[in-house]
Amino acid sequence: MAFSLLPSRWHESPWRWRMIAIPRDAGAHLLIWTAALIVCAAFVAVLYDVVREGGALLSLDFVIQPTADLGRAGGIGPILVSTGMILLVCLLAVLPLGLGCAIWLSEFREDHGVSGRFVRRSLDVLAGLPSIVFGLFGYTFFCQALGLGFSILSGGLTLACMVLPVFIRAVEVALRAVPHELRAASAALGFSKTARIHRFVLPAAVPGVVVGVILGIGRALAETAALLFTSGYVTRMPESFSDSGRALSVHVYELAMNVPGGDAVAYASALVLVIFLIGINMLATALVQHWQRRKGWVTA
Amino acid sequence: MTKKQDRPSFQPWLRHQEEADCCEPEPLIRARNLSLRYGERVAFEDVSLDVNAGCITALVGPSGCGKTSFLNCINRMTDLFPKVAVTGELELAGINLLDPRLDVIALRRRVGLVFQQPNPFPLSIRRNLELPLREHGMRSRAARTDAIEEALIEVGLWEEVKDRLDTPAMALSGGQQQRLCIARALVLSPEVLLMDEPCSALDPLAGEVIENLIDELRGRVTVLIVTHNLAQAQRLADWAALFWKQGDAGRLVEYGAVQQIFEAPREKLTAAYVRGRSG
Amino acid sequence: MNARGRAALWRDGFVGRRLRGFDVDEFTLSGMRLLAVATSGIAILIVSYLLVGSLPALQAVGATRFLTDRAWHPTQGEFSLVPMLLGTLWVTVGAVFLASPFALASAILGRFFIRGFLARIFRRMLETLAGIPSVVFGLWGLTVLVPRIADFAPPGQSVLAGILVLSLMILPTIALLADSALGAVPEAQLRAGAAAGLSRWAIVRGLALPAARSGIGVGIVLGAGRALGETMAIVMVMGNVVQIPTSVFDPARTLTANIALEMAYASSAHRSALFVSGLVLALLTIVLVWVSDRLGQDYRGEQGAAYGV
Repeated sequence: MAFSLLPSRWHESPWRWRMIAIPRDAGAHLLIWTAALIVCAAFVAVLYDVVREGGALLSLDFVIQPTADLGRAGGIGPILVSTGMILLVCLLAVLPLGLGCAIWLSEFREDHGVSGRFVRRSLDVLAGLPSIVFGLFGYTFFCQALGLGFSILSGGLTLACMVLPVFIRAVEVALRAVPHELRAASAALGFSKTARIHRFVLPAAVPGVVVGVILGIGRALAETAALLFTSGYVTRMPESFSDSGRALSVHVYELAMNVPGGDAVAYASALVLVIFLIGINMLATALVQHWQRRKGWVTA
Repeated sequence: MTKKQDRPSFQPWLRHQEEADCCEPEPLIRARNLSLRYGERVAFEDVSLDVNAGCITALVGPSGCGKTSFLNCINRMTDLFPKVAVTGELELAGINLLDPRLDVIALRRRVGLVFQQPNPFPLSIRRNLELPLREHGMRSRAARTDAIEEALIEVGLWEEVKDRLDTPAMALSGGQQQRLCIARALVLSPEVLLMDEPCSALDPLAGEVIENLIDELRGRVTVLIVTHNLAQAQRLADWAALFWKQGDAGRLVEYGAVQQIFEAPREKLTAAYVRGRSG
Repeated sequence: MNARGRAALWRDGFVGRRLRGFDVDEFTLSGMRLLAVATSGIAILIVSYLLVGSLPALQAVGATRFLTDRAWHPTQGEFSLVPMLLGTLWVTVGAVFLASPFALASAILGRFFIRGFLARIFRRMLETLAGIPSVVFGLWGLTVLVPRIADFAPPGQSVLAGILVLSLMILPTIALLADSALGAVPEAQLRAGAAAGLSRWAIVRGLALPAARSGIGVGIVLGAGRALGETMAIVMVMGNVVQIPTSVFDPARTLTANIALEMAYASSAHRSALFVSGLVLALLTIVLVWVSDRLGQDYRGEQGAAYGV
């Protein structure tokens, strides 16, 4: 009898595909690697172009000088100041509202009933709305109805509406991740609910809150459409929060679209924007690690 | 020291402690027909029992028969779970513990709870003990330092940690963490200490240290301890209560002096349970 | 000092704050509740502004004329949104179809084909890509992609450019969400597959992908939502001509671009018509959010089932 490695009725065996599947597997591997390499190539292409085109112009002077000749010459000093002021307004509005809402959502669930679901739904709606709709709203509400006009205040508040759901979700996740034992231990010792939240839950959630702030800043920095009709296009150095001021992303857009010959400066500004975003991310990671080491917080 | 004792005491329960010559049956906690349900599920039903002041009372029985839920009623940890309904009567030194207007924060100061898993706060050792003291209004730093030292000595941790009070509590070993948790409860000078299987997550040696520690609390603090270790209950406790799941709900089968429970049980169930475990 | 002596040091014994007439917790609760209500108030405010803003147009023009008018000349009383709707539809669908396979391949690669340092770098790359603002993509599309397309199909600013740029933008979103969905598949299942002698690809295709199905679905729907709402990159690369595109090389205008381009000078009925396009956009995204929510429930359900909950 001939010795065979295959069972006698191999053609019916559920394992027979194993023999046939090898070439198909190779095809799948090839496809996945190719697709992922194309993604990498596209990423490198975009970053390479931004760094090459923008890097040519980038210097300390460019970052601090005022703009000139519609932005074609000079630097982006006032633009950065406006961007910073818009972010400040945005954060000042988001932090209290967002922290309060997140704490209510995750720590006061006994108070919810229908209202909890309603608040959640409205956050979903806020998170889903396209940024241009926020622009539309900000323009008619903050600029016109409230009479704030094209101003840093209007822009910051409009951004705050956009950033709120992102921030609240991040904080809520962080609050949920606080271990149950910590709450139980502090409750058993007779801490009031307020003290429990303030002394144990919030400190344990600090890294998450920072991540929320970072995500919020990231979204705010990247935003253009919502700022176009709220904080305006003025390139002068802003003197107060009621002045109009051009955000960095709006500057990139204006130079690329409406200023002939502005491409080079647009790329340099875009490079600054990208560097900011990546830098902020790295800062956040470093901060979180630092805090965890110093306070002896143990993360699972 | 003597001066302080001359002051009028704000703590009526101290009377029990002073008179407790363990273990005269003098009820401190009084439960009558106490039932607890989580939504539809009944945890325990119809429990009537007097816990005597200054004694160590062991709650024994199989898992899921409501022992831990009973403990949680006594310092109102049940408030933390949604949809919990407690009915019946429960009194601590004559105060109705089921009164919705009760100040649970003050209650939890008087009734400490130690969990199965050691759960120190992720802070330094000192902060672990200091925070509860501050929260309950001990403003003087010197008094807090004294209280912390005293509590750590009481649990036998002082010699081990006195040089590293400001290092993270999480760096301690499991047994040390559990002793720190007991110190954290004792530092508030509670009248009652509830312990939910305090030794079961620890290795036997660390468990023995905790057991000796509980033994030393006899007469000063009223201890209620949930345990699955019958030998431990027999060694440690003055009184024992057997819970058993009958039907859908846990019930109290028998309650009495520990010697009586283990040597002359009145109920068949108790006899079987005690015999089954002891050999 | 023993425990009893120490007890006398308590400032107020066991008379708690509740008995002193002021309850901190009540105060905190009402504060937090107020902030939560204010937050949902913003959502209500925005939606009601959209409704109130679009009411004049809906009353004067009627809902159907936004679909049946011959063209978009809002100043001359013609309000057809059809070209913009089709423009939005084309580029959204195109971008989702183009990006999804690439995103899925990236997620699979990152989870199952590479590990350690390389996988970390790859994930960091996707995260960075996700964080690049849309104007930067628009700028890159306008100065690099559009001229290349113009070489063989002028004018270059076209639906194709829009699809390519949008794909790049939503790819990391889909990839990262698919990645975390794949990561949530219980390790034990995959190990069981390996123990049964399945090849790596068989494990991915037969076990991991089915288990992560809904999570990947959520990623794709959210990616579609991002594509639908994108404005600036689209304005920069799509040419913005109001016409029904007949090929991918034609320029076209989306609903979002329409608002961005005309808001500055629109008034009366024209402006109200723009609010109508905003309302349509809002409704579309709310539908997408709802769909992803439903998918997400399945997703969580599966996870629960996998852990025997």
